[in-house]
Amino acid sequence: MLNLISAIHGTGVAASTNSYESIATTTVGAGGVSNVTFSSIPGTYKHLQIRILANGSTAGDQDLQVQLNSDTGTNYSYHTLYGNGASAAANAGATQSSMIGGWNFAIGTGSANIYSVAVIDVLEYANTNIYKTIRSLAGQDKNGSGTVGLFSGNWRSTSAVTSIKLYPASGNFNQYSSFALYGVKG
Amino acid sequence: MAAGATYTPIATTTLGSAQASYTFSSISGSYTDLVLVVAGSIGGTDPRNVLLEFNSDSGSNYSVTILYGDGTSAASARVSNDTAANVGGLSNSTQSNTIAHIMNYSNTTTYKTAIGRGNRPADQINAKVALWRNTAAITSIKVYISAAQNLAAGTMLTLYGITAA
Repeated sequence: MLNLISAIHGTGVAASTNSYESIATTTVGAGGVSNVTFSSIPGTYKHLQIRILANGSTAGDQDLQVQLNSDTGTNYSYHTLYGNGASAAANAGATQSSMIGGWNFAIGTGSANIYSVAVIDVLEYANTNIYKTIRSLAGQDKNGSGTVGLFSGNWRSTSAVTSIKLYPASGNFNQYSSFALYGVKG
Repeated sequence: MAAGATYTPIATTTLGSAQASYTFSSISGSYTDLVLVVAGSIGGTDPRNVLLEFNSDSGSNYSVTILYGDGTSAASARVSNDTAANVGGLSNSTQSNTIAHIMNYSNTTTYKTAIGRGNRPADQINAKVALWRNTAAITSIKVYISAAQNLAAGTMLTLYGITAA
C-alpha cells in the first residue's frame, strides 16, 4: 500500500489502483453477533486488509480479538501503544490465545451512534515460510473519552491464513457494525 | 469470491501556490470508506495539525483523541467540542504527510469517525481518532491547517474511495 501511495505521489497524478480488491463484507444485523469470521480466503494476494466500523454490547472498553485459522491455542503474542487522551501507555502479551486488533469496542452510555474503527493489515498471509504478523491502527473518540493506538500481533504458525475470526472480548458486536476484507496484490 | 478492484482515486491536486485550504466537494456516496492523503508541508514557523471540516459544518461538533511521540517521550491528548476533525499534521518547510481513513462516510446511521496518522519526520509522529457528531453522509471535505497556516505550494492532496464487496 505504501508503495502504491508513493507511486501516485511520485508523479502527482492519480494512477491506476487495480491491485486492491474487495473480497468479502459483513454488516451486522439486528440482535448483533458474537463474532465475524472470514473463511475460505484465497491465497492469491500478497497482503490482506480488514477495515472495521464496530461497537459492542458490553458497557465499558474492551478489546477486539483476532484469531487465525480457528487456532485457539496459545500461539499468539502482541504489543500495543495507545493513548487515552491523558497519557500514553504500552502493553504486551505472550503465549496468548488471540491477538488484540484494537480497543474500545464498547457502546458506552449515551454513545449509541459512536462506533470504533480499525484498519488491520495481515502481511504476507499466504507465505508458508514465515510466522504471520498483523498490524492495526484503531481507536474511538466519544467527545470526552476514547482511545487511539497502534497494535501488532504475531501468530506462531507458518500456515497460510485461510480464515480470520474477529470478536469482542465480551458480548456481541452491535447492529450496523461493518467488517470488510480486502486483498492487496503483490 | 473477490468483487473486483477498488481503492479508486476520486480526485487529486498539486497546489500551484500556497493556499489556506482545499475542498473536495460533490463526493459520491457510492464508496464505503474514503482515504485522504496529504503530502507536503505548510507555511509558518511551526508544525501544525491537519484539520477536516465535513459538509461545511464549522460548529463545535468534532472531537479528537491523540497519541504522539516527539523523539523523547510518548504522550496523549484530547480536544472535545472542537470545530474540525484533527486527523494528522504537517511540518513547516520540510516534507511530511498525513493519511486519514474516513470510515463508512456515507451511512446515515452512525456518527462519523476518521482515524489518521501524521508523519512529521522532523519533529513528531502521531495517531489520531476524530469524531464528527453527525449522522449525515459526508459529501464535502475541506482540508486546512491549524493556526491559520497555509498549505505550501507543491503540497499534494488525493482522495480515494474504497468499495466493500
